[in-house]
Amino acid sequence: MNHILDINNISLKYSDKLILQDISFAVAKGEFFVIIGPNGAGKTSLLKILAGLEKISHGCVKVRGKNIRDYSRRTLSQFMAIVPQQIEIGFPFSVAETVIMGRTPHLGILGMEGKDDFHMAREAMEFTDVAHLADRKLHQLSGGELQRAVIARAICQQPEVILLDEPTTALDPAHQLKIMDLMEKFRREHGTTIIMVSHDLNLASMYGDRLLLLKEGRVVKTGAPGSVLNKLLLEESYGCRMQVDESPVGQVARVTPIPAKFLPVHEQNQ
Amino acid sequence: MPIGRKIVLITLLLGMVLILISIIAISAGSAGGHFWETLAILKGKGVSDHATATIIWQIRLPRVLLAAAVGGTLALGGLVFQALLRNPLAEPYILGISGGSAIGAIMAMLLGLSYFPGVALFSFTGSLLVLAFVTALAGTTLGSSMLSRDSLLLGGVMMNAFCAAVIMFLISMTRTFQVQHILYWLMGDLSRLQNNQLPILLVVLPCFVVIFILGRPMNLLLLGRETAAAMGINVKNTVLLLLVITSLMVSIIVSLSGLVGFVGLVIPHIFRLLLGPDHRLLVPACILGGGSYLIICDLLARILPASGEMPVGIITALVGAPLFILLLVRRTA
Repeated sequence: MNHILDINNISLKYSDKLILQDISFAVAKGEFFVIIGPNGAGKTSLLKILAGLEKISHGCVKVRGKNIRDYSRRTLSQFMAIVPQQIEIGFPFSVAETVIMGRTPHLGILGMEGKDDFHMAREAMEFTDVAHLADRKLHQLSGGELQRAVIARAICQQPEVILLDEPTTALDPAHQLKIMDLMEKFRREHGTTIIMVSHDLNLASMYGDRLLLLKEGRVVKTGAPGSVLNKLLLEESYGCRMQVDESPVGQVARVTPIPAKFLPVHEQNQ
Repeated sequence: MPIGRKIVLITLLLGMVLILISIIAISAGSAGGHFWETLAILKGKGVSDHATATIIWQIRLPRVLLAAAVGGTLALGGLVFQALLRNPLAEPYILGISGGSAIGAIMAMLLGLSYFPGVALFSFTGSLLVLAFVTALAGTTLGSSMLSRDSLLLGGVMMNAFCAAVIMFLISMTRTFQVQHILYWLMGDLSRLQNNQLPILLVVLPCFVVIFILGRPMNLLLLGRETAAAMGINVKNTVLLLLVITSLMVSIIVSLSGLVGFVGLVIPHIFRLLLGPDHRLLVPACILGGGSYLIICDLLARILPASGEMPVGIITALVGAPLFILLLVRRTA
């Protein structure tokens, strides 16, 4: 059994509203798994459930074959790291201070870092190319630098699984690729499982091993990018016209949402 | 520099400052005594003058110890609440401690109870009742995400406002000679302590230790509760433990000293400006620095008036506000 995560029939309710319903899938060790779907589909909630940060109303999440509820926060954090969608930078911590916080689940009760911890933080910062910003305060960073600092913190946690919530949304194309290449490289070098929520269907297509398409709290389809990025499925899920063809740069699907003004005249008013 | 060495260094440095200031404060006063003489008496040597030794041992030393405990506890309380509520205006009384304890204390005074244990006990009880109400309120209004910081904050502010109205009503019904007692208590007054009450102060020491151990989790909580949880912190237990311990130690201190203001607000900010946001450094710094600061303020409150003393709460803000503004200006310049 090579599944690091097994999600079985889970549902999530907020008061009476069903956010997620009957979701089942499994993620293999070392897989690059991307969760896609329109706004409000429940992607972030699903990611939080995988991280054990959200209690499910029904079903069961197994991590390494054991129910996620049977892990303490500390144990779970020793092999699972999260890069959240929003990063709070209210207090003026420096990049180095932030990155080394990732060592928390591995430290003793007094929470004092040793030489090894500093070394790991250093390596993580070098890996994500923020070592030269070590003494900079978080609020002095650009979007791309901040995202790389937070990823360094996640890496510093030495996780087997990294969960990322829309890590590229606010970045320009070059920085998007830089973040994605970093994750891909880290996975190759360490065999880490990457689970990412993304709005960018083309990044999902180019980097994902498998995709999961979510709509209104239900799984529409799980599978290889080529099978999930299907014109009809996407159009129905997102509610806009799409063109799907093969990307000129490689054998991956390319998705182009089509604005109304480019549609044939008789379809424009639909 | 590794954080461990930094902590030791800051603790030693501020510890020495605290001891030095204590000895100066013990030396000063109407009944003579110089620095070296005081030191000799404290060491148990050179008891040339029995009266001076008695004053030092029985009056000034306990007073300085009380000031150190009150200052350290309030500064630490402010630090914890500013982190938990992620609000720079938070101070140790913000969850309703001031209102609850003041009503308790004033009622005890109106009933003609003795300052100790009567007033202290009433004040402690009042403070705990309000705290229990505020935390229960924050717990029920948000159900699952219990102890949300906004509902805690708003609940506390509302309770304090309500209590302030009750306090003013009580004062308006009071005869003149009692009003001064009440006002002194509300402004914070260290002159009422008796030596047999000193051991109560020891209760705050284990609270200091627990809060120091929770320094790193507090750092993580500043990044948001979910992020803290994602890095292995049991957020609910940590927040609850910090709330309970901090409230308890502040309530105990307030029941002995009245509402000494401003220390809890300004000392954490001063050290955050000087040392950065790491709570493993800030916890010992606030305890020792807050203690030193209140000893100085209490000394000024004792020696500045030509006769008698003024409430120490006046000095804390009179000195603290300009000091903080100065630091802020120099920092931004």
